[in-house]
Amino acid sequence: MSDLGLKNPENIKDTSFSLGGRNFTNRFLLGTGKFKNKKELSASIKASGSQIVTVALRRIDVERHEENILEYIPDNVTLLINTSGARNAEEAIRLARLAKEAGYGNWIKIEVINDSKYLLPDNQETIKATETLAKEGFIVLPYMNPDMYAARDLISAGAAAVMPLGSLIGSNQGLQTKEFIKILINEINAPIIVDAGIGAPSQAAEAMEMGADAVLVNTAVATAQHPPLIAKAFAMAITAGRLSFLSKLPPVSEKANASSPLTGFLYNNK
Amino acid sequence: MIIQLNGTQKKLTQASTLAGIITTFTKNPEHVIAEVNGHITKKASWAKTQVKDGDVIELVSFVGGG
Repeated sequence: MSDLGLKNPENIKDTSFSLGGRNFTNRFLLGTGKFKNKKELSASIKASGSQIVTVALRRIDVERHEENILEYIPDNVTLLINTSGARNAEEAIRLARLAKEAGYGNWIKIEVINDSKYLLPDNQETIKATETLAKEGFIVLPYMNPDMYAARDLISAGAAAVMPLGSLIGSNQGLQTKEFIKILINEINAPIIVDAGIGAPSQAAEAMEMGADAVLVNTAVATAQHPPLIAKAFAMAITAGRLSFLSKLPPVSEKANASSPLTGFLYNNK
Repeated sequence: MIIQLNGTQKKLTQASTLAGIITTFTKNPEHVIAEVNGHITKKASWAKTQVKDGDVIELVSFVGGG
């Protein structure tokens, strides 16, 4: 946005978002888990305008032939394959290598979780996996607990971005880690994609307003009563938050500041 | 011949290639990724990979995920 909306206010657009050597015009990454049916998934992807969509890798159920999820994901969307199910770096690396073999690119979301109650990511193992996979040429997007040192290590290890959690996966609790994500936004010279726990478009807008580069949402969309509607709402909120960030918000004041002039009144001040 | 396919034992009555196993047990072979005894087996070599007794085969594919 070179003219900051002054030259072409009818058609204000966001700047493009560069990630892993590609440029994106949309900052909403959509997860594909938990949708009630493929029709809702397909409509939600379209409504979201997402250009990056996550999928997981699992054993095929050889007793029950299943539908293939890739049929519902448009070809022009970048597939981000997660390593969910990995409990340590070694398992994440194995999953990433398998994923690459499928021939859908080399974008990998590293997710290393060894706790079934809180599903918190293990930053140390995630750094190890990132190091190995980035060396092998993967575009690595690590899901992480928002810790500044870990984020630095991930970027040094070759991560293309960091994906700090807003709150626990699938909890819809919103930006519980807000202050720590702000530190990452200020200190880490790489894209910050807020992932996990975003439960409502207003929360996504807040993350973007803070200066996050993108947001990943899955549960809030997939489990809403009308997924395509909330997908659209998220897309709008993310754009709104982004433009708000670019506008450079005015400072907050404790006292009132009149919006109308305090001179030229029709009566005389006594 | 008994093999371990995706964690369960399968008895094969006749000799088979990996390609044969994949066609029999999956719906969309083009999206399948195969691992035999811990090693990724590329699609190009499925047809010439003879399945042996005791082989541990993993067939994976994509599912919805966040």
